[in-house]
Amino acid sequence: MKLHHLNTEPNFGVPGERHRHAYVPGDDFYDQLVQTHRGLSDAQSEQLNARLVLLLANHIGDLRVLQEALALARKDLA
Amino acid sequence: MLSTYIWPRYPAGLAPEVGAATPRRVPLVVLGAGPVGLTAAIDAAQRGLPVLLLDEDDTVSFGSRGVCYAKRTLEILDRLGVGQRVVDKGVTWNVGRTFHGEDEVFSFNLLPEPGHQRPGMVNLQQYHLEQFLVERAAELPGLDLRWKHRVTSVTPQADGALLQVETPQGAYTLHADWLVVADGARSPTRRALGLDTLGQVFQDRFLIADVVLDAEPYPLERTERRFWFRPSFFDGESALLHREADNVWRIDFQLGWEADPEAEKQPERVAPRIRRLLDLQGWPHIGFTLEWVSVYTFQCRRMAKFRHGRLLFVGDSAHQVSPFGARGANSGLQDADNLVWKLQQVITGRAPEALLDSYDHERGAAADENIQNSSRSTDFMTPKGHAARVLRDAVLGLAAAVPGVRALVNSGRLSVPSTLHGSTLNTSDSDSFAGWMVPGAPLDDAPLEGAVPWLLRHLGHGGFTLLFFGRPDAAERAALQALGDIQMLLVLAPDAIDALPHLVDAQGLVSTRCDAQPGTVYLLRPDQHVAARWRHFDSAAVQAAHRRALALGA
Repeated sequence: MKLHHLNTEPNFGVPGERHRHAYVPGDDFYDQLVQTHRGLSDAQSEQLNARLVLLLANHIGDLRVLQEALALARKDLA
Repeated sequence: MLSTYIWPRYPAGLAPEVGAATPRRVPLVVLGAGPVGLTAAIDAAQRGLPVLLLDEDDTVSFGSRGVCYAKRTLEILDRLGVGQRVVDKGVTWNVGRTFHGEDEVFSFNLLPEPGHQRPGMVNLQQYHLEQFLVERAAELPGLDLRWKHRVTSVTPQADGALLQVETPQGAYTLHADWLVVADGARSPTRRALGLDTLGQVFQDRFLIADVVLDAEPYPLERTERRFWFRPSFFDGESALLHREADNVWRIDFQLGWEADPEAEKQPERVAPRIRRLLDLQGWPHIGFTLEWVSVYTFQCRRMAKFRHGRLLFVGDSAHQVSPFGARGANSGLQDADNLVWKLQQVITGRAPEALLDSYDHERGAAADENIQNSSRSTDFMTPKGHAARVLRDAVLGLAAAVPGVRALVNSGRLSVPSTLHGSTLNTSDSDSFAGWMVPGAPLDDAPLEGAVPWLLRHLGHGGFTLLFFGRPDAAERAALQALGDIQMLLVLAPDAIDALPHLVDAQGLVSTRCDAQPGTVYLLRPDQHVAARWRHFDSAAVQAAHRRALALGA
């Protein structure tokens, strides 16, 4: 995987930790994300999602990666 | 009456205790002859414990109920002597396919590597499994299975429990030194004692139907699990298709919380839905007969503690999960597998009662893991609230194109045995090992040479076993023969010869899976879990680990 391309392969986990059942770290994240939304109104949830996009996009930073993500996320929506 | 199964009617058990002046005292009673109670009783009898198994009914389960029996369960059933019957009668499968509408988004293989005797999963109607276990129980002289014996009260005592039992021949009282409670999700015993279960109720309803197809849509060996999110054949959230024995097919339809259970169960409502499902699989030429229909809800919950003095709760009486993950009956059989060797060690005076606390710790942690996985599957299938639904639908929308998102699709994380991380019975590694056979792990099977060519078939019939990889030197040889209660087996390469009892590692897979080198030793518990392992054999270290695994202190 070249660093300036979007990684679309399974990638959740903590470096150094291993899991006999590969689904575990992804399920951990999914559960944490759903829990983070718990108790929010729909409008608040939209804000949460938007904030997450901004935080994660800044973390990634590389505009080449982000452009690929933007295109893939929009594909087939409209 | 089903076209594919006739329920056996077992005669009511004798009750020689009726009219006795004092309660009969027995070492071990198991309440409930479902799959878990039968497993516990058979295991106890095989381990030399006389056991009374009481059940209020006189036949096996109605409806197919538990249907998926996982690899680890089959390995336990092998030890009980019914594994082959279950595999022969049942339908083996390893591949599960998940669809969104009509598009396949994801598939998994439960057994991606060869070199195991048993497959990832075998589907079999629960009544067949129970019947096989009942027939096995009848072969064991130490096992007294009594149908139509209903326990009306349980009074815990410091040294056991007093049981009032009603039978067609009258009532009697038993004093059980130990009581294994396997009386199901609604456990009358648990309720009567006021013991709570903690957890959540899921607000959803599922329709379950068993149908007999009048032709075979594909050969048995191609059997797979099919799961749909937003199926096109039915206006609901999800559906699931499983093949069972005798060309019976199990279909689950997720109806939603608002559904009317009575209306949904009517054949004129169910049948067209099944017809559409079959048509869309490309089977419009195959007819079907409805055998059994039920609407169910479920809970994910557990008792705070599985041990209450001399009472030990196993299976659904102790914990319940959503069915999407096949973690109900499978975890119940593992409860019995974990408990019974400990009971045997305690009852025969080899270990203190504190060993039974490890049953609660180990199987409590397993229950938490099963509840977590099955709750997550349910949350994915039935998103709670708008944000969770948007997220779930985004996963399904991206799954086909993005492997990393596909991995999040959760149509059930199917039963796998728990590794007993953190158990006080484990001795932590002092040497370095690769692989998965850490202390607490259930040992992986592997092929051997010889008349019984599978590793697990050689383990767990007695007490603890020490595997020694390679040929010992003279000093090791003497120490290996002085291990006392611990059975010793060498693991040899196919070209090696030795007079000591040994297994022949036909393909080297025992060594590979254990990351073993010549001189490596593994101490295994009677339930085939790893207790300890070392790069070099040290008799004192083995004895200390053995004591630790019996809660005797190190």
